[in-house]
Amino acid sequence: MSKIYYLPTHEYIKVDGNIGYVGVSEYAAKQLGAVTYVDMPEEGDEVVAGEEFGAIESRKAASDLFSPVDGEVIEVNAELEDDPKLINNDPLEAWIIKVSIADPAQLEGLMDGEAYAKFCETAH
Amino acid sequence: MKQTCLYNSHLELNAQMAPFAGYDMPIEYAGLDSEHTAVRTSVGVFDVSHMGEVDIKGPDTLAFVNHIFTNDAAVLIDGQCAYGMMTAQDGGTVDDLLVYRHNADWFMLVINAANIDKDLAWIRANKSNYRVDIIDRCDDFSQLAVQGPSSEETLNAVLGIDCSDLGFYTFKVLPTGTIVSRTGYTGEDGFEIYAPAAEIIEYWNKLIAAGVAPCGLGCRDTLRFEAGLPLYGDELADDITPLEAGLGMFVKLDKADGFIGCDALASQKEDGLKRKLVGLELDTPATARHGFEVLNNEGEIIGTITTGYNSLTLGKNIAMALIDARYAALGTDVQVKIRRKTAPAKVIKKRFYTPNYKK
Repeated sequence: MSKIYYLPTHEYIKVDGNIGYVGVSEYAAKQLGAVTYVDMPEEGDEVVAGEEFGAIESRKAASDLFSPVDGEVIEVNAELEDDPKLINNDPLEAWIIKVSIADPAQLEGLMDGEAYAKFCETAH
Repeated sequence: MKQTCLYNSHLELNAQMAPFAGYDMPIEYAGLDSEHTAVRTSVGVFDVSHMGEVDIKGPDTLAFVNHIFTNDAAVLIDGQCAYGMMTAQDGGTVDDLLVYRHNADWFMLVINAANIDKDLAWIRANKSNYRVDIIDRCDDFSQLAVQGPSSEETLNAVLGIDCSDLGFYTFKVLPTGTIVSRTGYTGEDGFEIYAPAAEIIEYWNKLIAAGVAPCGLGCRDTLRFEAGLPLYGDELADDITPLEAGLGMFVKLDKADGFIGCDALASQKEDGLKRKLVGLELDTPATARHGFEVLNNEGEIIGTITTGYNSLTLGKNIAMALIDARYAALGTDVQVKIRRKTAPAKVIKKRFYTPNYKK
């Protein structure tokens, strides 16, 4: 059973052992509207907690994507190149990058699902 | 932050709200794409109550308006309006605006919300000896824009306002004092209605009840962009002249008494423009946004993107950019820096979508 954590910038990380799947939350996908493009890093790129690793675009806006953890990009979701709207259909399934988690202790500083839901309520 | 008279209605309609020009404004309701399509194919209604209105009254009204306005107000007849700019001495753009001629002694100026304070100060500072009263009407008028090919029949059927007699860029004043003009900012046929808050709320409620799509500032921007219409702050600014923005047809350099900025603009025209606003078609799935750099094929910076979107009507990424005039010829290959990558782009006409105005 994987656990999900969230950033205040609306990225999630779905954790499976020392592997994390990073995408954007349902709230973020809804705010953006139909996703037109995801600017992704390359496999092997290093990501740093709190730092930008790519961007997600809709007609309305472009938002930088921030990494929840330090690590290395193991895989990017190539399906999003052809069909970025997969993110609107099911944001938790349509992860953007798969990363190795260098320091699992970093997860403790993130919001869990319940805290994030509260955060979205007050953020709006 | 300020609110328009329709603020509560926007909340009831679950609009996504965001700050714009000091107002908490609706960005979208059902969604930008469906609202954009509604205006292109049928009809939509916008709350544009944030826009500013200024009356100029008095015996020197026409001469004064022509003194501060790049277009020629002298050719207007009662009930007609014109688009143009106010420019500073150096030719930079103070604002772009519509002027409405009620009669020779009474004009109304409609100015951008973000520039209301600046414009009023500018207009008052240039009054000199003209015998005019400059009257801030911003708080007296709320405003709706009803836009799209079905606008005329909608106004008639839903509001009982017959506009079949109104030509493009003309207006009429209803017995209540309400002003209705055949103008807009979408590239479609449409109308703008100026009235006190209570009346605007009534019109809005009737239009929404009749199923007219409420439209937010999100699609207002994508619609005007596709039609090649400038937005102050993007394509126009204090340091961008109307000539650089490709708006020369609204700048009458040969007006009898000139206008503020006329000499600077005439020199700029004579010397040749150093930079020009162009359209770009990008060969990339990424969208070029305001402020992104435009490069030549050697990688040197030649300008910046002013507005860019993934165009719903055209289905591709297009942008307007203010670039070195040497690269402005149609068909020129350039590049756009989009975050860490560069994307190839080609100069195309900036009127991406041919407007459907009723002449």
